[in-house]
Amino acid sequence: MDFQPTEEQRDLRAGVRNLLAGRYGREALRASVESGVCVDRDLWRELGEAGFFALRLPEAEGGVGLGLPEAVLVFEEAGRALVPGPLVATHLAAGAVPGAAAGTAVVTASDLDGSLVAHWGEADAVLGLPGFASTPAEPVRSADPLTPLHRVASAPMPGDHRDEGALLTAALQAGSALRTLELAVRYAGEREQFGRPIGSFQAVKHLCAEMLVRAELARTAVYAAAVTGDPAETAAAKLLADEAAVRNARDCLQVHGGMGFTWEADVHLHLKRAWVRAEQWRTAAEAEELLAADLLEGAVQRVQRRPE
Amino acid sequence: MDLTPTEEEREFRARLREWLAKVLPELPAKPSPDDWPGRRAYDAGWQRRLYDAGYAGLHWPVDAGGQGAGPTRHLIFLEETERAGAPYVGANFVGLLHAGPTIAAEGTAAQRARWLPPVLRGDEVWCQGFSEPGAGSDLAALRTRAVRDGDEYVVTGSKIWTSHAEVADWCELLVRTTPVGPDTPKHRGITWLAMPMDAPGVTVRPLRTLAGSTEFAEMFLDEVRVPVGNRVGAEDDGWRVTMVTLSFERGTAFVGEVVACRRTLGDLARTAKANGRWDDPVVRRALGRLHGEFGALWRLTQWNVGESERSGGVPGIGGSVFKLAYSHARQELYDVAAQVLGAGSLVLDEEWVLDRLSSLSYTIAAGTSQIQRNIVAERILGLPKGR
Repeated sequence: MDFQPTEEQRDLRAGVRNLLAGRYGREALRASVESGVCVDRDLWRELGEAGFFALRLPEAEGGVGLGLPEAVLVFEEAGRALVPGPLVATHLAAGAVPGAAAGTAVVTASDLDGSLVAHWGEADAVLGLPGFASTPAEPVRSADPLTPLHRVASAPMPGDHRDEGALLTAALQAGSALRTLELAVRYAGEREQFGRPIGSFQAVKHLCAEMLVRAELARTAVYAAAVTGDPAETAAAKLLADEAAVRNARDCLQVHGGMGFTWEADVHLHLKRAWVRAEQWRTAAEAEELLAADLLEGAVQRVQRRPE
Repeated sequence: MDLTPTEEEREFRARLREWLAKVLPELPAKPSPDDWPGRRAYDAGWQRRLYDAGYAGLHWPVDAGGQGAGPTRHLIFLEETERAGAPYVGANFVGLLHAGPTIAAEGTAAQRARWLPPVLRGDEVWCQGFSEPGAGSDLAALRTRAVRDGDEYVVTGSKIWTSHAEVADWCELLVRTTPVGPDTPKHRGITWLAMPMDAPGVTVRPLRTLAGSTEFAEMFLDEVRVPVGNRVGAEDDGWRVTMVTLSFERGTAFVGEVVACRRTLGDLARTAKANGRWDDPVVRRALGRLHGEFGALWRLTQWNVGESERSGGVPGIGGSVFKLAYSHARQELYDVAAQVLGAGSLVLDEEWVLDRLSSLSYTIAAGTSQIQRNIVAERILGLPKGR
């Protein structure tokens, strides 16, 4: 047993980080906010060429043939860079929807509760919903400027993909939580008040320390769930990563003070996306109920196995 | 990233499980919490059984009397002993979890040979003389003085919050060998000594905790003579040695307790199911959340242990991250237990009520959460020192 990432896994993560730093840095992010074009088709294709969507497809089917542990590492990087678009759904559609694996098709999923679907208008397909183009859909204003939403009469959640969707979304959340921690620490080290960097004040330090604790626990939970594929560990990963992404974004905003409340700072983009992802695939309430059932089942089994 | 056990690890687990099933029914009854000599004898008896069966010091180096097995073996050992309801380290915790590993990492060959085997056999019990009145979290502000006299140090001062002092044979003692001055910052001038508790001039006075127990004590040191040969590390270099001790204390000492918490959670779920509290979604979901959190804490442990193994066996600064998350989760666990018990949580004899009270120490002992946050912020995140 060796829980640490292998050399190859580290290299893969570093490669994706470099690709995204060059291709979707801060200027590109702000340009998509200004233009309102959330899915950049060229970037989507480049991600496809780099194997982002075909990562877990067998080599015989033109994929990279890697597993969930590798997938969470690259999704963590996408979360860090705040890449918009239905990354998880397109990845899950690889091999099933033509063009998804190569990144020439944009595939979304009805992964939110109720009648809202993200990226409906930009998608070429909806996972598990053939003929979606003829389904009536009403655009609504979205809280996240980079996640457009439509209200749709009925679009059932693709059940088969629920655990994998939740895990990959959790990996995006963990990446975002680590990124907002970096933004907060950098700002706290630079911004001066009362003649010294605000990061020298315990009140600010302790916010940052708690952000690290949340992010590290979430990241570990995501990696573990990717390795074991256990549904309860996956639920825990989603629960902890949602919380880490949302609360870290809020604490990052607080560390930025008045600047944090402006459109100009990136932190609101992380917070709004974290809110979207927290509603996708598996909510906190669903995760907690699933975990409770798993806890009770294990506890009862233990007693039955070994009468006390 | 691989969590699959190897064939050897599987065999080790099976052998251990079989052994536990055989020896646990033979154990004597547990003494009452305030019967200190009884507790010491009970814990020593268990440690001796582990030693004789080759399970003591599993992950300690062979030349320190250990088995030289990888850290994964140790984690399997903790999982299985907890699952079987075996005794935990008890009165041996400072020797096995703090002082022993420190001596294994920093002591001379003679010191390792003198002190480590008796710890592994359960023959000698250690306590920790770090905290002082007026200098708890500000550990380096300690004032207990040691003056060199020939080949002995003469120690005068006092210590506080010393767990198991009443039954200990040895104390890992921090003393000031050079006074704080304009050229000597308080972190310099500290020395790490092994002090025999039966030396003339050592007085121990028990302190009563809010749980009603005499879990720890005050210790008064009046011209206690400690041989220079009992010094671990160089004179005035004790702060560095202390950091090694603290990294074990924060990095690995609580590991076994995470498994115990997971077991308690299962018991809580069954109790809640039986008494109807399970039907309250607030209680049920709180239990579910803790199940997820403690599962992740166990994975974080596996992560940290693997990382420390790669960097030479001394746990890294990540121990502070673990300790912060763990100590708060543990308190939350017993608050949820109180929700499951309802008014029953007011009855001291109910299961978990004493544990709830003692969990209050977890965010204070071994460095308060506030100190841990400073450490994380300054030493991991690189934020500037300040106030």
